[in-house]
Amino acid sequence: MTFLPKPKLSHPGLARNALGYTRRDYEGAISTLCAGCGHDSISAAIVRACFALDLPPHRIAKLSGIGCSSKTPTYFLGASHGFNSVHGRMPSVLTGANLANRSLIYLGVSGDGDSASIGIGQFAHAIRRGVNMVYIVENNGVYGLTKGQFSATADRGAKSKRGVINTDESIDLVGIALQLGATFVARSFSGDKAQLVPLIEAAIKHEGAAFIDCISPCVAFNNHEGSTKSYDFVREHNEVVNRLDVIESRPEITVDYAPGAVEMVQQHDGTWLRLRKLADDYDLHDRVAAMDHMQRHHAAGEIVTGLLYVDPEPRDLHQHLNTVETPLNALDDAALVPGAAALEKLNAALR
Amino acid sequence: MADRRNREKPGLQPTNIRDPEYFHKVVDCQWACPAHTPVPEYIRLIAARRYADAYMINWYSNVFPGILGRTCDRPCEPACRRGRVEEEPVAICRLKRVAADYKGDIRARLPAPARPNGKTIALIGAGPAALTVARDLAPLGYRCVLFDAERRAGGMIRSQIPHFRLPESVIDEEVGYIVDLGIEMRLGQRVASLKALLDQPFDAIFVGTGAPRGRDLAIPGREAAAANIHIGIDWLSSVSFGHVEAIGKRVIVLGGGNTAMDCCRTARRLGGADVKVIVRSGFAEMKASPWEKADAMREDIPILNWLAPKAFTLAQGRLSGVVFEKTQATLDAEGRRQIVPTGEPEQYFPCDDVLIAVGQENAFPWIERDIGLDFDARNMPVVDKTTLASTHPRVFFGGDAAFGPKNIIWAVAHGHQAAISIDLACRGADIHARPPPMVSLVSQKMGIHEWSYDNDVTLDRRYAVPHEAKELALADITVEVELGYDDRLAFKEAERCLNCDVQTVFTDRLCIECDACVDICPVDCINFVPNGEEAELRARLNVPAHNPAQALYVSGALKTGRVMAKDEDVCLHCGLCAERCPTGAWDMQRFLYDMARAGQACCKR
Repeated sequence: MTFLPKPKLSHPGLARNALGYTRRDYEGAISTLCAGCGHDSISAAIVRACFALDLPPHRIAKLSGIGCSSKTPTYFLGASHGFNSVHGRMPSVLTGANLANRSLIYLGVSGDGDSASIGIGQFAHAIRRGVNMVYIVENNGVYGLTKGQFSATADRGAKSKRGVINTDESIDLVGIALQLGATFVARSFSGDKAQLVPLIEAAIKHEGAAFIDCISPCVAFNNHEGSTKSYDFVREHNEVVNRLDVIESRPEITVDYAPGAVEMVQQHDGTWLRLRKLADDYDLHDRVAAMDHMQRHHAAGEIVTGLLYVDPEPRDLHQHLNTVETPLNALDDAALVPGAAALEKLNAALR
Repeated sequence: MADRRNREKPGLQPTNIRDPEYFHKVVDCQWACPAHTPVPEYIRLIAARRYADAYMINWYSNVFPGILGRTCDRPCEPACRRGRVEEEPVAICRLKRVAADYKGDIRARLPAPARPNGKTIALIGAGPAALTVARDLAPLGYRCVLFDAERRAGGMIRSQIPHFRLPESVIDEEVGYIVDLGIEMRLGQRVASLKALLDQPFDAIFVGTGAPRGRDLAIPGREAAAANIHIGIDWLSSVSFGHVEAIGKRVIVLGGGNTAMDCCRTARRLGGADVKVIVRSGFAEMKASPWEKADAMREDIPILNWLAPKAFTLAQGRLSGVVFEKTQATLDAEGRRQIVPTGEPEQYFPCDDVLIAVGQENAFPWIERDIGLDFDARNMPVVDKTTLASTHPRVFFGGDAAFGPKNIIWAVAHGHQAAISIDLACRGADIHARPPPMVSLVSQKMGIHEWSYDNDVTLDRRYAVPHEAKELALADITVEVELGYDDRLAFKEAERCLNCDVQTVFTDRLCIECDACVDICPVDCINFVPNGEEAELRARLNVPAHNPAQALYVSGALKTGRVMAKDEDVCLHCGLCAERCPTGAWDMQRFLYDMARAGQACCKR
């Protein structure tokens, strides 16, 4: 951490977005996490993504649970709505908030302890209900706040900083998200903003349950020889399936790429995802094949990253429940209290 | 290891931070100063209220802190990094004055007169250049003999700078420090022949005679109205020495330089009620420093631009006014800017006196042309830019006498270099083997988040120096207009300094590329990118580095094959990169660059 607030002075040549904001305007308070924490890089990636998408900060709600990861919403989007919930309960609070006001962008920030242990039930149900959200797990495989015990996502065979080998099987959150019907699934690495920022942008633009598992090395407790979530290990074993650009309107496919090497996917809101394929055999529209691909590479000790699965026409919780288009807090008395005649009609329908 | 990896990829070589000039250039103020005064170092001492220490750093580097703190042309301030980050640079010059104002008695810290080394140096002209040479050489045992035509030492500092900008007491004090080193003063003795001086047993002769001749205007009426037309620098000198005490009510000052500003403000104090400055160029192109223009205008002196004097008019045999023609700037056939008449109707301004301040020239009527001292086509002595040596082995030049009119701080810089050359020559050494600077680079880390400098960047804007009330200032020519910062304002202004000499030092083999420094940097100057050619690399940084005057600090190849590329341009030196770095790859290290002075030529580069 740092004792001083970040100086307000910024680069005079800093770019401004369509709203006239600079990237600095999307920052939050200064981080109190350990120096070099991967989580801070993810916070910075969220800042960059929201800046690039010209999002008004007051239209974003950031929600989190407990843990190092769940502290981070303080450190980005200082002008957005925030809710720091009970341990593992962020998905429920987010689901409730989303039902009440569907017009905000929901950013759920969680960690491997928060989502894969105490909150795994909450995580699973929010995903399978298709809540329109971006759910980011800042995954470092250890409990940093309690000095580095293995978490549920630590790989079997990984070595702790004290030299203990993990004997438990790891929970693969990407596999669970795919199986439970998330319509946007990605994995990335805090040390690769070029990959992470467009993934967050695409996830925000995705109108369904978007899940990003972001490996985020714990510099204090999980960045040593024998760790499978260290900067060095992830860089050495990273199998990138594709590189993504998010584009607001359909661009020309330039001639820089070999035929078949670029795939264009239009999301429901109109944005285009331009994917430069790095793994030839990878089909990001085939959920079953994606799960198979993940499992095979995981068994080989490799970490697959990139946009792993996307359904360009997702259905979300509001569509499932056939809720009203207007956010609940914007419904007027006439809509909320339709009167005796409407009650009469409803009662009649139930007889 | 880093070198080997880097060679595999095309692009920039790692920055050689072992070259003292690399980090020197990052300290923009010090780099811009002709004397290379370690500015941030003394500003920190001022913030610590160690005024005497701050003064001594200045005294060794620029010899006249109290004088320069009031009169310097401040090349450091336009260069100041703060001016690129917010609106205005740190008030470096006026902080220097603070050190002089509050230093107390520093005489015990001055060098003692040395045991004579048997060598004798003649110094011609008691101005800043020759005084600097004397200051550098006397403590080494040289017998210094200083000649000046005036009865008091100081040269143009005393004769041309009005006392309301620079009190005489300050000149007396700082010139006195040098004279007290045991200089033999031959005041009131004009040197009429260099040849005669060379015949005397001087081991070396330094010429610091300035640019003593004010340019004149040969336009109609000049001769007839001569009684009321004065050459600016001569007139200022007459005022300074008390020979002139009044001027007419309506005064026109011709010229747009700092001398013109001194003339008009002096005229305001000697009875000039309606004083105008009239300049043939535009306001922005005027040679005068912006603050001097502002000071003149604050004293109700209008500056009229784009008017060239055409003739002086007379009435009853006395100057009655000046006729001007309108001018404009155009480009000539070779694309050079020229000021030409517009052909519009002439303008006439009545006046009682005119002061001509349109430039200064050198004059060397006392140097014979047959003594082996070459002059060039412009009738200037041939002087080496580095050694300040003339073509005569015993004669050296400095100040305005060397390369034409500049300013005090350049004269001081020349003096230091000439003193080194004279010392080398007198010891029979090669004057081209210049001694290297004294350099140190020391980590400022005190704890995990604690540095031995104040890295909390203040948002305060530049503090104005308090001025004396205008009625009081205009009523008496000896009343100093600027009152100087008090210690409270000085502290606040000193806190604006970004400590650019506390360098961001990067060790590539320690970096794990976690991006913590990139994310924390408030001014987006740190990047981790694939290497490339400089122009191309500059264009693809987080914020493109469009200021080519500022260097890129490039590391060797990192584990991912990328390099760290830092744009030095607007770095706040806040140290947050080093605070956030988990491996100590970044460190904040204080870089002290001390120009070599005479007598320090002991070690080889």
